[in-house]
Amino acid sequence: MFEKTGIPSEEMIREKFPPIERINKGPVAVVECYKEIPCNPCETACRFSAITIGEDINNIPVLNEDNCTGCAICLSKCPGLAIMVVDGSKSDTTVQVKLPYEFLPLPASGETVKGLDREGKIIADVKVIQVQNPKSFDRTPVVTIEADRSIMYKIRNIRMEAK
Amino acid sequence: MKQAELLIIGGGPAGLCAAISAASSGANVLVAERNKNLGGQLVKQTHMFFGSEKQYASTRGIDITGILLNELSKYKENVEIMTDTTIVGMFEDGVVTALHKEDNYFKIKPDAVVVATGAFEKALAFPNNDLPGIYGAGAVQTLMNVYGVKPGNKVLMVGAGNIGLIVSYQLMQAGVEVSAILDAAPRIGGYLVHASKIRRMGVPILTSHTVKEAIGKEFLEKAIVCQVDDKFNQIEGTEIEFDVDVMCISVGLTPLNELLSMRGCQMKYVPQLSGIVPLRNENYETTIENVFAAGDTTGVEEASAAMVEGYLAGLCAAAKIGHMTDDFEERKNDYVKQLESLRSGPVGKHILSGIEQIVIKGEQYV
Repeated sequence: MFEKTGIPSEEMIREKFPPIERINKGPVAVVECYKEIPCNPCETACRFSAITIGEDINNIPVLNEDNCTGCAICLSKCPGLAIMVVDGSKSDTTVQVKLPYEFLPLPASGETVKGLDREGKIIADVKVIQVQNPKSFDRTPVVTIEADRSIMYKIRNIRMEAK
Repeated sequence: MKQAELLIIGGGPAGLCAAISAASSGANVLVAERNKNLGGQLVKQTHMFFGSEKQYASTRGIDITGILLNELSKYKENVEIMTDTTIVGMFEDGVVTALHKEDNYFKIKPDAVVVATGAFEKALAFPNNDLPGIYGAGAVQTLMNVYGVKPGNKVLMVGAGNIGLIVSYQLMQAGVEVSAILDAAPRIGGYLVHASKIRRMGVPILTSHTVKEAIGKEFLEKAIVCQVDDKFNQIEGTEIEFDVDVMCISVGLTPLNELLSMRGCQMKYVPQLSGIVPLRNENYETTIENVFAAGDTTGVEEASAAMVEGYLAGLCAAAKIGHMTDDFEERKNDYVKQLESLRSGPVGKHILSGIEQIVIKGEQYV
Protein backbone atom coordinates (compact mmCIF):
# COMPACT_ATOMS: atom_id res chain seq x y z
CA MET A 1 0.00 0.00 0.00
CA PHE A 2 2.83 2.40 0.88
CA GLU A 3 3.95 2.45 -2.74
CA LYS A 4 0.44 3.38 -3.86
CA THR A 5 -0.41 5.98 -1.24
CA GLY A 6 2.82 7.32 0.29
CA ILE A 7 1.43 6.46 3.75
CA PRO A 8 3.64 4.08 5.76
CA SER A 9 1.87 1.47 7.90
CA GLU A 10 1.98 1.70 11.69
CA GLU A 11 4.26 -1.33 11.73
CA MET A 12 6.73 0.39 9.40
CA ILE A 13 6.66 3.52 11.55
CA ARG A 14 7.20 1.70 14.84
CA GLU A 15 10.17 -0.13 13.38
CA LYS A 16 11.89 3.21 12.77
CA PHE A 17 11.27 4.49 16.31
CA PRO A 18 13.98 3.97 18.91
CA PRO A 19 12.79 2.01 21.99
CA ILE A 20 10.65 3.99 24.44
CA GLU A 21 13.40 3.76 27.10
CA ARG A 22 15.72 5.68 24.77
CA ILE A 23 13.03 8.25 23.91
CA ASN A 24 12.41 8.84 27.63
CA LYS A 25 16.10 9.55 28.16
CA GLY A 26 16.17 12.55 25.82
CA PRO A 27 15.85 13.76 22.23
CA VAL A 28 16.56 11.21 19.50
CA ALA A 29 16.08 11.09 15.73
CA VAL A 30 13.49 8.96 13.92
CA VAL A 31 14.74 8.35 10.39
CA GLU A 32 11.75 7.50 8.22
CA CYS A 33 13.62 6.49 5.10
CA TYR A 34 11.90 3.33 3.86
CA LYS A 35 13.13 2.93 0.31
CA GLU A 36 16.61 2.71 -1.16
CA ILE A 37 17.52 5.87 -3.03
CA PRO A 38 20.98 7.29 -3.84
CA CYS A 39 21.29 9.76 -1.00
CA ASN A 40 23.48 10.22 2.08
CA PRO A 41 23.48 13.82 3.42
CA CYS A 42 22.10 12.63 6.80
CA GLU A 43 25.24 10.58 7.33
CA THR A 44 27.50 13.41 6.15
CA ALA A 45 25.73 16.02 8.28
CA CYS A 46 25.82 14.12 11.58
CA ARG A 47 28.74 15.21 13.76
CA PHE A 48 28.19 12.34 16.18
CA SER A 49 28.35 9.43 13.69
CA ALA A 50 24.83 8.51 14.72
CA ILE A 51 23.60 7.76 11.18
CA THR A 52 25.31 5.20 8.97
CA ILE A 53 24.64 4.60 5.29
CA GLY A 54 28.02 3.28 4.25
CA GLU A 55 29.88 2.85 0.98
CA ASP A 56 26.75 2.25 -1.11
CA ILE A 57 24.78 5.50 -0.86
CA ASN A 58 21.61 3.60 -1.78
CA ASN A 59 21.60 1.84 1.58
CA ILE A 60 18.87 2.70 4.04
CA PRO A 61 20.22 4.86 6.88
CA VAL A 62 20.76 3.09 10.21
CA LEU A 63 20.51 5.11 13.41
CA ASN A 64 22.81 4.54 16.36
CA GLU A 65 20.49 5.92 19.04
CA ASP A 66 23.21 6.00 21.69
CA ASN A 67 25.30 8.41 19.61
CA CYS A 68 22.34 10.59 18.63
CA THR A 69 21.97 13.82 20.61
CA GLY A 70 18.74 14.92 18.92
CA CYS A 71 20.46 18.07 17.64
CA ALA A 72 18.17 18.12 14.56
CA ILE A 73 20.82 19.13 12.02
CA CYS A 74 19.86 16.05 9.95
CA LEU A 75 16.23 17.22 9.86
CA SER A 76 17.25 20.25 7.87
CA LYS A 77 19.71 18.36 5.66
CA CYS A 78 17.50 15.45 4.57
CA PRO A 79 16.25 16.30 1.04
CA GLY A 80 13.25 14.06 1.66
CA LEU A 81 12.37 15.74 4.99
CA ALA A 82 12.10 12.19 6.31
CA ILE A 83 13.61 12.73 9.76
CA MET A 84 12.04 13.98 12.99
CA VAL A 85 13.22 14.09 16.59
CA VAL A 86 11.23 12.82 19.61
CA ASP A 87 11.97 13.60 23.23
CA GLY A 88 10.13 11.89 26.08
CA SER A 89 12.36 13.17 28.88
CA LYS A 90 10.40 16.33 29.67
CA SER A 91 7.12 14.84 30.89
CA ASP A 92 5.32 11.58 31.62
CA THR A 93 2.23 12.54 29.69
CA THR A 94 3.62 14.34 26.64
CA VAL A 95 6.50 14.16 24.18
CA GLN A 96 8.28 16.94 22.38
CA VAL A 97 8.56 16.43 18.64
CA LYS A 98 10.80 18.37 16.25
CA LEU A 99 9.52 18.55 12.67
CA PRO A 100 10.96 20.18 9.53
CA TYR A 101 8.48 22.80 8.32
CA GLU A 102 9.16 24.70 5.07
CA PHE A 103 6.06 26.88 4.93
CA LEU A 104 5.18 30.49 5.63
CA PRO A 105 4.08 31.93 7.93
CA LEU A 106 6.12 30.13 10.57
CA PRO A 107 4.31 29.56 13.84
CA ALA A 108 5.49 31.40 16.96
CA SER A 109 6.50 29.63 20.15
CA GLY A 110 3.55 29.34 22.51
CA GLU A 111 1.09 29.25 19.64
CA THR A 112 -1.42 26.40 19.26
CA VAL A 113 -1.45 24.73 15.84
CA LYS A 114 -3.15 21.67 14.33
CA GLY A 115 -1.24 18.42 14.58
CA LEU A 116 -1.55 16.16 11.53
CA ASP A 117 -0.87 12.49 10.95
CA ARG A 118 0.86 10.93 7.93
CA GLU A 119 -2.34 11.21 5.87
CA GLY A 120 -2.64 14.89 6.63
CA LYS A 121 -5.63 14.36 8.95
CA ILE A 122 -5.95 16.68 11.94
CA ILE A 123 -5.54 14.56 15.07
CA ALA A 124 -4.95 17.10 17.83
CA ASP A 125 -4.23 20.66 18.85
CA VAL A 126 -0.56 20.94 19.73
CA LYS A 127 1.51 23.65 21.35
CA VAL A 128 4.57 25.08 19.64
CA ILE A 129 7.56 25.09 22.00
CA GLN A 130 10.31 26.42 19.77
CA VAL A 131 10.99 27.46 16.16
CA GLN A 132 14.57 27.11 14.93
CA ASN A 133 15.59 28.72 11.65
CA PRO A 134 19.33 29.39 11.74
CA LYS A 135 21.36 29.95 8.59
CA SER A 136 22.89 26.49 8.93
CA PHE A 137 19.44 24.95 8.44
CA ASP A 138 19.39 26.56 4.95
CA ARG A 139 15.69 27.54 4.80
CA THR A 140 14.39 24.34 6.35
CA PRO A 141 13.05 25.57 9.69
CA VAL A 142 12.51 23.08 12.51
CA VAL A 143 9.44 23.43 14.72
CA THR A 144 9.29 21.78 18.15
CA ILE A 145 5.80 20.89 19.36
CA GLU A 146 4.46 19.27 22.48
CA ALA A 147 2.02 16.43 21.89
CA ASP A 148 0.19 13.91 24.01
CA ARG A 149 2.05 10.59 24.29
CA SER A 150 -0.95 8.75 22.85
CA ILE A 151 -0.23 10.28 19.42
CA MET A 152 3.56 9.91 19.47
CA TYR A 153 3.58 7.38 16.63
CA LYS A 154 0.94 9.28 14.66
CA ILE A 155 1.88 12.95 14.63
CA ARG A 156 4.09 13.96 11.69
CA ASN A 157 3.07 17.43 10.50
CA ILE A 158 1.47 20.67 11.58
CA ARG A 159 -0.88 23.13 9.99
CA MET A 160 -1.45 26.77 10.80
CA GLU A 161 -5.08 27.85 10.97
CA ALA A 162 -5.95 30.55 8.46
CA LYS A 163 -6.08 33.88 10.26
CA MET B 1 33.23 31.61 -39.05
CA LYS B 2 33.86 31.51 -35.33
CA GLN B 3 36.68 29.19 -34.26
CA ALA B 4 36.37 27.24 -31.04
CA GLU B 5 38.30 24.38 -29.57
CA LEU B 6 35.50 22.74 -27.60
CA LEU B 7 31.90 23.80 -28.10
CA ILE B 8 29.47 22.87 -25.34
CA ILE B 9 25.84 23.03 -26.38
CA GLY B 10 23.64 23.74 -23.39
CA GLY B 11 24.41 25.58 -20.15
CA GLY B 12 22.41 23.37 -17.79
CA PRO B 13 23.90 21.11 -15.11
CA ALA B 14 25.59 18.73 -17.60
CA GLY B 15 26.89 21.51 -19.87
CA LEU B 16 28.26 23.65 -17.03
CA CYS B 17 30.05 20.67 -15.48
CA ALA B 18 31.45 19.68 -18.89
CA ALA B 19 32.71 23.26 -19.28
CA ILE B 20 34.35 23.24 -15.83
CA SER B 21 36.17 19.98 -16.34
CA ALA B 22 37.26 20.77 -19.91
CA ALA B 23 38.44 24.26 -18.95
CA SER B 24 40.32 22.94 -15.94
CA SER B 25 42.08 20.52 -18.31
CA GLY B 26 43.26 23.51 -20.32
CA ALA B 27 40.86 23.42 -23.27
CA ASN B 28 39.43 26.59 -24.75
CA VAL B 29 35.71 26.26 -24.19
CA LEU B 30 32.74 27.98 -25.78
CA VAL B 31 29.38 27.42 -24.05
CA ALA B 32 26.25 28.14 -26.11
CA GLU B 33 23.01 28.48 -24.13
CA ARG B 34 19.69 29.32 -25.76
CA ASN B 35 18.22 30.99 -22.68
CA LYS B 36 19.21 34.35 -21.29
CA ASN B 37 20.58 32.72 -18.15
CA LEU B 38 22.75 29.72 -17.46
CA GLY B 39 21.70 26.88 -15.17
CA GLY B 40 19.03 25.12 -17.24
CA GLN B 41 16.36 23.62 -15.02
CA LEU B 42 18.40 24.25 -11.86
CA VAL B 43 17.16 27.85 -11.74
CA LYS B 44 13.68 26.73 -10.68
CA GLN B 45 14.60 23.85 -8.41
CA THR B 46 14.06 25.24 -4.93
CA HIS B 47 14.27 21.79 -3.32
CA MET B 48 17.33 20.08 -1.87
CA PHE B 49 19.12 17.58 -4.10
CA PHE B 50 19.66 13.91 -3.38
CA GLY B 51 22.97 12.14 -4.00
CA SER B 52 26.16 12.60 -2.04
CA GLU B 53 28.37 15.55 -1.20
CA LYS B 54 30.22 15.45 -4.53
CA GLN B 55 26.95 16.06 -6.39
CA TYR B 56 25.99 18.87 -4.00
CA ALA B 57 23.44 16.74 -2.13
CA SER B 58 21.27 18.61 0.34
CA THR B 59 21.98 21.86 -1.54
CA ARG B 60 19.04 23.48 -3.28
CA GLY B 61 19.10 23.39 -7.10
CA ILE B 62 18.80 27.19 -7.28
CA ASP B 63 22.05 27.45 -5.31
CA ILE B 64 23.93 24.84 -7.35
CA THR B 65 23.96 27.12 -10.43
CA GLY B 66 25.87 29.70 -8.37
CA ILE B 67 28.35 27.10 -7.15
CA LEU B 68 28.99 25.88 -10.72
CA LEU B 69 29.29 29.40 -12.17
CA ASN B 70 31.68 30.35 -9.41
CA GLU B 71 33.81 27.32 -10.25
CA LEU B 72 33.67 28.17 -13.96
CA SER B 73 34.72 31.76 -13.30
CA LYS B 74 38.15 30.46 -12.25
CA TYR B 75 38.83 29.77 -15.92
CA LYS B 76 37.88 33.15 -17.38
CA GLU B 77 40.84 33.09 -19.77
CA ASN B 78 39.77 29.98 -21.62
CA VAL B 79 35.98 30.05 -21.28
CA GLU B 80 33.59 32.04 -23.41
CA ILE B 81 29.89 31.96 -22.64
CA MET B 82 27.23 32.93 -25.18
CA THR B 83 23.73 33.11 -23.78
CA ASP B 84 20.66 33.79 -25.94
CA THR B 85 22.36 31.57 -28.50
CA THR B 86 20.54 28.60 -30.00
CA ILE B 87 22.47 25.97 -31.91
CA VAL B 88 20.26 25.24 -34.90
CA GLY B 89 22.35 22.79 -36.90
CA MET B 90 25.32 20.44 -36.87
CA PHE B 91 26.69 19.40 -40.24
CA GLU B 92 28.84 16.66 -41.78
CA ASP B 93 31.81 18.95 -42.31
CA GLY B 94 31.85 19.75 -38.59
CA VAL B 95 30.32 23.18 -39.00
CA VAL B 96 27.78 24.16 -36.38
CA THR B 97 25.26 26.91 -37.05
CA ALA B 98 24.03 29.20 -34.31
CA LEU B 99 21.39 31.86 -33.88
CA HIS B 100 22.14 34.67 -31.46
CA LYS B 101 19.04 36.57 -30.31
CA GLU B 102 16.45 37.07 -33.06
CA ASP B 103 18.40 37.46 -36.26
CA ASN B 104 22.13 37.01 -35.91
CA TYR B 105 23.02 33.73 -37.61
CA PHE B 106 26.65 32.61 -37.57
CA LYS B 107 28.83 29.54 -38.00
CA ILE B 108 31.18 27.87 -35.54
CA LYS B 109 33.95 25.39 -36.43
CA PRO B 110 34.83 23.54 -33.22
CA ASP B 111 37.42 20.77 -32.87
CA ALA B 112 35.03 18.85 -30.63
CA VAL B 113 31.49 19.25 -29.32
CA VAL B 114 29.71 18.19 -26.14
CA VAL B 115 25.97 18.07 -26.71
CA ALA B 116 24.20 18.69 -23.41
CA THR B 117 20.79 19.79 -24.59
CA GLY B 118 18.81 18.05 -21.87
CA ALA B 119 15.27 16.79 -22.29
CA PHE B 120 11.76 18.08 -22.91
CA GLU B 121 8.40 17.29 -21.40
CA LYS B 122 6.09 14.66 -22.79
CA ALA B 123 2.49 15.62 -23.46
CA LEU B 124 -0.70 13.77 -22.54
CA ALA B 125 -3.60 13.36 -24.96
CA PHE B 126 -7.13 13.88 -23.64
CA PRO B 127 -10.14 15.91 -24.82
CA ASN B 128 -9.64 19.68 -24.42
CA ASN B 129 -6.02 19.38 -23.34
CA ASP B 130 -5.38 22.72 -25.06
CA LEU B 131 -7.51 24.75 -22.63
CA PRO B 132 -5.70 27.62 -20.88
CA GLY B 133 -4.86 26.48 -17.37
CA ILE B 134 -3.37 23.19 -18.52
CA TYR B 135 0.39 23.48 -18.16
CA GLY B 136 3.47 21.34 -18.27
CA ALA B 137 5.10 20.98 -14.85
CA GLY B 138 8.16 22.88 -16.09
CA ALA B 139 6.05 25.91 -16.98
CA VAL B 140 4.36 25.89 -13.57
CA GLN B 141 7.74 25.71 -11.85
CA THR B 142 9.11 28.54 -14.00
CA LEU B 143 6.10 30.78 -13.33
CA MET B 144 6.26 30.16 -9.58
CA ASN B 145 9.91 29.89 -8.78
CA VAL B 146 11.54 32.08 -11.43
CA TYR B 147 8.91 34.79 -11.98
CA GLY B 148 7.02 34.63 -8.69
CA VAL B 149 3.65 34.21 -10.43
CA LYS B 150 0.94 31.90 -9.08
CA PRO B 151 -0.25 29.69 -11.95
CA GLY B 152 -3.77 29.44 -10.48
CA ASN B 153 -5.63 28.63 -7.31
CA LYS B 154 -6.48 24.92 -7.41
CA VAL B 155 -4.32 22.38 -9.12
CA LEU B 156 -4.72 18.80 -10.24
CA MET B 157 -1.25 17.27 -10.67
CA VAL B 158 -1.02 14.61 -13.36
CA GLY B 159 1.98 12.37 -12.72
CA ALA B 160 3.47 11.05 -9.48
CA GLY B 161 7.09 10.90 -10.58
CA ASN B 162 9.67 13.02 -8.78
CA ILE B 163 8.81 16.15 -10.78
CA GLY B 164 5.07 15.82 -10.13
CA LEU B 165 5.63 15.26 -6.41
CA ILE B 166 8.18 18.06 -6.04
CA VAL B 167 6.17 20.61 -8.03
CA SER B 168 3.07 19.74 -5.96
CA TYR B 169 5.01 20.49 -2.80
CA GLN B 170 6.33 23.75 -4.23
CA LEU B 171 2.81 24.76 -5.30
CA MET B 172 1.68 24.31 -1.70
CA GLN B 173 4.66 26.34 -0.50
CA ALA B 174 3.46 29.09 -2.84
CA GLY B 175 0.02 28.96 -1.23
CA VAL B 176 -1.72 27.10 -4.07
CA GLU B 177 -4.13 24.30 -3.23
CA VAL B 178 -3.32 20.89 -4.73
CA SER B 179 -6.51 18.83 -4.99
CA ALA B 180 -4.86 15.52 -5.85
CA ILE B 181 -1.96 13.89 -7.62
CA LEU B 182 -2.80 11.14 -10.06
CA ASP B 183 -0.78 8.65 -12.01
CA ALA B 184 -1.82 5.96 -14.48
CA ALA B 185 0.83 3.60 -13.10
CA PRO B 186 -0.22 1.27 -10.27
CA ARG B 187 2.61 2.61 -8.07
CA ILE B 188 4.09 5.99 -7.23
CA GLY B 189 7.02 6.52 -9.60
CA GLY B 190 8.95 9.15 -7.62
CA TYR B 191 10.90 8.79 -4.41
CA LEU B 192 8.57 7.76 -1.60
CA VAL B 193 10.02 10.33 0.79
CA HIS B 194 8.64 13.00 -1.58
CA ALA B 195 5.29 11.20 -1.75
CA SER B 196 5.03 10.97 2.05
CA LYS B 197 5.87 14.67 2.32
CA ILE B 198 2.89 15.61 0.13
CA ARG B 199 0.58 12.99 1.61
CA ARG B 200 1.03 14.32 5.15
CA MET B 201 -0.07 17.72 3.86
CA GLY B 202 -3.39 16.00 3.14
CA VAL B 203 -3.03 15.62 -0.64
CA PRO B 204 -4.37 12.28 -1.94
CA ILE B 205 -2.25 10.35 -4.43
CA LEU B 206 -4.43 8.39 -6.83
CA THR B 207 -2.48 5.65 -8.59
CA SER B 208 -4.10 3.77 -11.52
CA HIS B 209 -5.97 6.95 -12.47
CA THR B 210 -5.87 9.09 -15.59
CA VAL B 211 -7.47 12.21 -17.03
CA LYS B 212 -10.65 11.44 -18.95
CA GLU B 213 -11.29 14.97 -20.10
CA ALA B 214 -10.90 18.63 -19.32
CA ILE B 215 -13.96 20.87 -19.18
CA GLY B 216 -14.15 24.62 -19.59
CA LYS B 217 -15.20 27.36 -21.97
CA GLU B 218 -12.49 30.01 -21.95
CA PHE B 219 -10.20 28.24 -19.52
CA LEU B 220 -10.04 25.07 -17.43
CA GLU B 221 -12.95 24.79 -14.99
CA LYS B 222 -13.15 21.07 -14.26
CA ALA B 223 -11.15 17.92 -14.72
CA ILE B 224 -12.77 14.51 -15.06
CA VAL B 225 -10.56 11.71 -13.84
CA CYS B 226 -11.15 7.97 -13.95
CA GLN B 227 -9.53 4.70 -12.94
CA VAL B 228 -7.58 2.56 -15.38
CA ASP B 229 -7.18 -1.20 -15.42
CA ASP B 230 -3.84 -3.01 -15.57
CA LYS B 231 -3.73 -2.43 -19.36
CA PHE B 232 -4.32 1.30 -18.86
CA ASN B 233 -7.86 1.14 -20.28
CA GLN B 234 -10.26 3.61 -18.71
CA ILE B 235 -12.86 1.97 -16.46
CA GLU B 236 -16.34 3.35 -16.98
CA GLY B 237 -18.29 4.44 -13.95
CA THR B 238 -15.21 5.36 -11.92
CA GLU B 239 -15.21 9.05 -12.86
CA ILE B 240 -14.29 11.67 -10.27
CA GLU B 241 -14.79 15.39 -10.88
CA PHE B 242 -12.28 17.99 -9.69
CA ASP B 243 -13.07 21.71 -9.64
CA VAL B 244 -9.66 23.02 -10.61
CA ASP B 245 -8.37 25.94 -12.64
CA VAL B 246 -4.97 24.38 -13.27
CA MET B 247 -3.96 20.97 -14.49
CA CYS B 248 -0.26 20.35 -14.31
CA ILE B 249 1.02 17.66 -16.67
CA SER B 250 4.07 15.86 -15.39
CA VAL B 251 4.21 12.60 -17.29
CA GLY B 252 7.92 12.42 -17.85
CA LEU B 253 10.67 13.79 -20.04
CA THR B 254 12.27 12.59 -23.24
CA PRO B 255 15.80 13.35 -24.50
CA LEU B 256 16.25 16.41 -26.72
CA ASN B 257 18.24 14.68 -29.44
CA GLU B 258 17.68 16.52 -32.72
CA LEU B 259 21.21 17.89 -33.08
CA LEU B 260 22.76 14.46 -32.56
CA SER B 261 20.39 12.89 -35.10
CA MET B 262 21.08 15.65 -37.58
CA ARG B 263 24.81 15.20 -37.24
CA GLY B 264 24.37 11.52 -38.12
CA CYS B 265 25.15 9.93 -34.76
CA GLN B 266 23.75 6.41 -34.48
CA MET B 267 20.65 6.63 -32.34
CA LYS B 268 18.55 4.02 -30.57
CA TYR B 269 15.17 3.97 -28.87
CA VAL B 270 15.73 2.81 -25.30
CA PRO B 271 12.62 2.88 -23.09
CA GLN B 272 14.64 2.77 -19.85
CA LEU B 273 16.35 6.00 -20.91
CA SER B 274 12.99 7.56 -21.88
CA GLY B 275 13.51 7.96 -25.60
CA ILE B 276 15.88 8.06 -28.56
CA VAL B 277 19.48 8.37 -27.40
CA PRO B 278 22.92 8.26 -29.06
CA LEU B 279 25.13 5.18 -28.99
CA ARG B 280 28.36 6.11 -27.24
CA ASN B 281 31.57 4.72 -25.84
CA GLU B 282 32.57 4.79 -22.18
CA ASN B 283 33.97 8.29 -22.62
CA TYR B 284 30.59 9.64 -23.72
CA GLU B 285 31.79 10.03 -27.32
CA THR B 286 29.10 9.21 -29.89
CA THR B 287 29.60 7.23 -33.11
CA ILE B 288 30.76 10.47 -34.76
CA GLU B 289 34.33 11.21 -33.75
CA ASN B 290 34.75 14.23 -31.47
CA VAL B 291 31.01 14.56 -30.90
CA PHE B 292 30.32 13.87 -27.23
CA ALA B 293 27.02 13.91 -25.34
CA ALA B 294 26.14 14.14 -21.64
CA GLY B 295 23.19 14.59 -19.32
CA ASP B 296 19.53 13.97 -20.08
CA THR B 297 20.13 13.97 -23.84
CA THR B 298 21.85 10.59 -23.33
CA GLY B 299 19.00 9.29 -21.14
CA VAL B 300 16.67 10.93 -18.62
CA GLU B 301 17.95 10.75 -15.03
CA GLU B 302 18.32 12.98 -11.98
CA ALA B 303 20.38 16.17 -12.31
CA SER B 304 23.01 14.71 -9.99
CA ALA B 305 23.87 12.08 -12.61
CA ALA B 306 23.74 14.70 -15.38
CA MET B 307 26.37 16.76 -13.57
CA VAL B 308 28.76 13.84 -13.16
CA GLU B 309 28.24 12.83 -16.81
CA GLY B 310 29.04 16.40 -17.77
CA TYR B 311 32.30 16.38 -15.79
CA LEU B 312 33.25 13.06 -17.38
CA ALA B 313 32.38 14.04 -20.97
CA GLY B 314 34.16 17.40 -20.62
CA LEU B 315 37.27 15.72 -19.27
CA CYS B 316 37.33 13.12 -22.06
CA ALA B 317 36.52 15.61 -24.82
CA ALA B 318 39.36 17.87 -23.69
CA ALA B 319 41.75 14.91 -23.56
CA LYS B 320 40.72 13.85 -27.07
CA ILE B 321 41.69 17.21 -28.55
CA GLY B 322 45.08 17.40 -26.87
CA HIS B 323 44.43 18.42 -23.30
CA MET B 324 45.23 15.24 -21.48
CA THR B 325 45.99 16.06 -17.86
CA ASP B 326 48.35 14.18 -15.57
CA ASP B 327 45.49 13.25 -13.28
CA PHE B 328 43.18 12.19 -16.13
CA GLU B 329 42.84 8.57 -15.02
CA GLU B 330 42.31 9.53 -11.40
CA ARG B 331 39.59 12.06 -12.25
CA LYS B 332 37.93 9.76 -14.72
CA ASN B 333 37.81 6.91 -12.21
CA ASP B 334 36.33 9.22 -9.62
CA TYR B 335 33.49 10.25 -11.97
CA VAL B 336 32.88 6.65 -13.03
CA LYS B 337 32.69 5.63 -9.38
CA GLN B 338 30.28 8.45 -8.57
CA LEU B 339 27.98 7.37 -11.39
CA GLU B 340 28.15 3.75 -10.27
CA SER B 341 27.24 4.81 -6.79
CA LEU B 342 24.28 6.95 -7.96
CA ARG B 343 23.06 4.04 -10.08
CA SER B 344 23.55 1.14 -7.72
CA GLY B 345 20.06 1.21 -6.20
CA PRO B 346 16.71 -0.05 -7.53
CA VAL B 347 16.10 3.04 -9.69
CA GLY B 348 19.66 2.92 -10.97
CA LYS B 349 19.32 -0.71 -12.01
CA HIS B 350 16.60 0.28 -14.44
CA ILE B 351 18.79 3.05 -15.88
CA LEU B 352 21.78 0.70 -16.12
CA SER B 353 19.77 -1.84 -18.10
CA GLY B 354 19.18 0.99 -20.60
CA ILE B 355 22.77 2.18 -20.65
CA GLU B 356 23.94 -1.38 -21.42
CA GLN B 357 22.09 -1.10 -24.71
CA ILE B 358 23.93 2.00 -25.91
CA VAL B 359 27.51 1.72 -24.70
CA ILE B 360 29.96 0.44 -27.28
CA LYS B 361 32.83 -1.07 -25.34
CA GLY B 362 36.47 -1.32 -26.31
CA GLU B 363 36.53 1.70 -28.59
CA GLN B 364 38.60 3.91 -26.39
CA TYR B 365 41.54 6.06 -27.27
CA VAL B 366 43.18 6.07 -23.86
